[in-house]
Amino acid sequence: MSDDRKQRSAGVALFLNDVLPGQRVLVKKHHSAGAIRQRLMDLGLLADTPVDVVRTAPLKDPIQIQLDTYNVALRRAEAATIEVVEIN
Amino acid sequence: MRQEATIALLGQQNAGKTTLFNALTGARQYVANYPGVTVEKKSGRYSFNGQSTLVVDLPGTYSLTSFSPEERVTQEFLLTQKPQVCVNVVDAANLRRSLNLTMQLLEMGQNVVLALNMLDVATRRGITISVDQLSSRLGIPVVETVGSKGQGCKNLKEEISAVEQLTNSSAYEIDYGPLEGSIKDIEAMLVGTNVSLPASSRWFAIKLLEQDQYATQLITKLCEASVVTELEQKVSEANRCFFDQYGADISDHVINVRNAIIRSIISDALTTKGTGRGSVSKKIDSVVLNRIGAPIFLILTVYLIYQASIVWGYELTNYTWPYLAKTREILSGFLPAAGFIEDPYTRALGLWLIDSANTLLNYVPIFLILFALIAILEDSGYMARIAFILDRILNRFGLHGQSTLPLILGGVFAGGCAVPAIMATKGIPDNRARMATIFAVPFMNCLAKVPLYTLLLGIFFVEDKSLMTFYISTMTVIFALLVSKLLTKTVLKGQETSPFVMELPSYHVPTIGGVLRRSIERTWVYIKKVGTIVVAVAVVVFTLLQFPGLPEDRMQHYEAQAVVALDKFQSKVAGSAYENLASEAEVVGLVNFYNDYRRAKLNAKGAAASRKVAKDFKARNAEFYAVVKPPKGDKDAKAASRALRKLIKERNSLRRDLKEERLSSSLLGAIGRSMEPVTQYAGFDWKINIALLSSFAARESSVATLGVLFQQSDSENASLEERMGDETKAGGATALLAVSMILFFALYPPCLATTVMVRVQTGSYLWMVFSILFPTFLGLTVSSIVFTAGTYFSLTGIEAMSIVYFAALALVIAIGLKSERTNSGTLINNRHSSEVSL
Ligand SMILES: Nc1nc2c(ncn2[C@@H]2O[C@H](COP(=O)(O)OP(=O)(O)OP(=O)(O)O)[C@@H](O)[C@H]2O)c(=O)[nH]1
Ligand SMILES: [Mg+2]
Repeated sequence: MSDDRKQRSAGVALFLNDVLPGQRVLVKKHHSAGAIRQRLMDLGLLADTPVDVVRTAPLKDPIQIQLDTYNVALRRAEAATIEVVEIN
Repeated sequence: MRQEATIALLGQQNAGKTTLFNALTGARQYVANYPGVTVEKKSGRYSFNGQSTLVVDLPGTYSLTSFSPEERVTQEFLLTQKPQVCVNVVDAANLRRSLNLTMQLLEMGQNVVLALNMLDVATRRGITISVDQLSSRLGIPVVETVGSKGQGCKNLKEEISAVEQLTNSSAYEIDYGPLEGSIKDIEAMLVGTNVSLPASSRWFAIKLLEQDQYATQLITKLCEASVVTELEQKVSEANRCFFDQYGADISDHVINVRNAIIRSIISDALTTKGTGRGSVSKKIDSVVLNRIGAPIFLILTVYLIYQASIVWGYELTNYTWPYLAKTREILSGFLPAAGFIEDPYTRALGLWLIDSANTLLNYVPIFLILFALIAILEDSGYMARIAFILDRILNRFGLHGQSTLPLILGGVFAGGCAVPAIMATKGIPDNRARMATIFAVPFMNCLAKVPLYTLLLGIFFVEDKSLMTFYISTMTVIFALLVSKLLTKTVLKGQETSPFVMELPSYHVPTIGGVLRRSIERTWVYIKKVGTIVVAVAVVVFTLLQFPGLPEDRMQHYEAQAVVALDKFQSKVAGSAYENLASEAEVVGLVNFYNDYRRAKLNAKGAAASRKVAKDFKARNAEFYAVVKPPKGDKDAKAASRALRKLIKERNSLRRDLKEERLSSSLLGAIGRSMEPVTQYAGFDWKINIALLSSFAARESSVATLGVLFQQSDSENASLEERMGDETKAGGATALLAVSMILFFALYPPCLATTVMVRVQTGSYLWMVFSILFPTFLGLTVSSIVFTAGTYFSLTGIEAMSIVYFAALALVIAIGLKSERTNSGTLINNRHSSEVSL
């Protein structure tokens, strides 16, 4: 846990889970495997795809993201496996 | 004449495949604006230019891999059934994501026709798609369609029939750059085996390199073992080398290359102008999904469903019930007439069946409204939002956001039906959550539990009625959550799970036709499934209640009493003008005439109808009528009438005693008694046992059975509540017993129709048996603890209920808070472990 925090605060890795609503990021890398990974990619979460984090559910989980023209809901647990980079 | 062609409809979830399927074939399958509605494949036919074509509607898939059941179904179908044409239905408003599947179909070597559906939505969003560009880049015909309006169907049929003629289409090839070497190697090996493959060797080569499960299995089956081992080595080596060199998995590389091509096609064929993409949906979402709006709209929605279907629906049954009553009258006219103390079996059984069917049909208006509203929820797109809002809570108890629909159908706080609810679990992608939902749904407040609750509250909780109602209606959700958590942690532990990734579709205005169709279809399923089973079980219960019947001497006792009553009547009318009516044969007719007349009068509404009844009965038998309704001044008739009423009273009381005695010596009575040693801890005597047993057939029969058991004795017009109240209270029954019964009923196993549905949805008799045994055990345990402990501490009913309620509530809250911690723990673990594997 603490390792993770350090890594993130150092700006090494940003995960979709940590992106605030209203921000746009690019997908960098998937850290999941198997069916989950396939499903995320099928939904269009491919490398270099822009993703808008639209909102979090009223209870903070899951989150709603927009890709291209469609909206997808996914749990934070899965969002935490998607490495992203900020767009400047 | 050529053989019938088979075509397959494929595409992403919610692209409109089923809508197009219906438009093409004129069939009526479920459509909904909710992903994953079609789970099994369905087929239908149409004929075009004299050529018959078989259409298969497949479940929605994003790609052709072996990760999810739908994808496996689709891939297997394509490889084994080899349809002549694949109609790839794509959502024009989401073209980019849709083309991923199109490419895979093309690479597989399928004959594809692209149906560019939802064109209206795309146009509204300012998206223009060049059909020519798309068609030439992909090398396949592209047809514009609007499935919901049936537009483009003719063009589609034309293109399908044109493509049908094609026999050898060359597969579409994508240049995979650095992977090409390995692809060629494996392809050569496959060709070398001389095995005939169901798809192109290149496609298999790519699939093997991607380490696709289904393709690998298929090759293992088709090729010799030595070749398979060699292939496996090649594949794993290629994967290792590729990863070393490019730092990515082969499967990722394949997806990325494909996607690059898709991007270039999109940029050529698609133009978007304006920024108003889905702006209406966005605006609606910003209201109904924000932190304040979400709970308000959610509660409002559930309340509206409750108000419209349960409250107004019940009112509607006041108007429909007379028709059912009338039907009963008409049908009973065909049955043999009632005897003096005993009815012929055919009559008793016939009426029993009609009554069972009527209780069931009485709910139809409620279900029509309920299912229509739910169809509106689904079709509008709001149902997906409800899943989004509630996923977090449900997830903590082993359920899924998409469990919401089944739970609502099952009756969140005021009555639904578990049969359609369990059917609706089909759409839940996570298998473990789906199973948990199947077992949690029967704990909801099904409509048929309500009458028993009402009865018990009316007897024992007159003062605390509203508090008890609140407890009962919210307790169900608590129990459902606890049960699903328990099962998830135990028997369902090994089930497959999958992540919650769900599309939130844009809002649609539901079509009236679609809503009506689905509401009628779901109601029909309810009538058919529940109906057949209820009728079947009614026969069984009837038999168990009738047999072995009374011993000879008891029967003689009743007959002797009947003779006494008849003699009394005869002596009273002897010598009067109506003497001839008193013969044995006539009296039974007279008694039935009187009863028929009374019932007809009760059913007749208004003075005119009442007059008509009088006229009819007079015409039927003027002499009988005179006794039933003595004309003014006819002293003889008055005296006969009085004697008749006395006779009928005596007859009724005789019949009641006979029925009760027969019941208590019947098989069901014996079963109920034999259960007393166990159920005594819950406070249930044999009568209650019988009622609970028969409610397994269908819940509504519990009240009916109690009605028989607590027959009215002297006071003619006492309601069941009063009768049961008097009798049970006299027998020492308390509000505590009522609580025990309510709890048992809340936790009671699903009715027979539901367990059959469990069998269908889980595909296993074992789970079906489990769905019966587990709740029985749970219900008996809870009721026994409450009743025994309650008696020991001499708690009142309301005290016991409050304790149970708050204990369960506390448990739910504790589990909810605790599982949050464990959840975030696994989240971090997951990330680390997958990091290592990369
Ligand atoms: N506006 C518009 N709506 C459409 C069109 N075609 C279908 N729909 C609607 O889209 C929704 C989804 O349709 P379905 O036919 O159930 O989709 P499906 O592809 O079978 O979905 P799954 O079975 O879940 O994979 C329904 O609400 C349809 O009424 C169209 O061309 N235009
Ligand atoms: Mg469908």
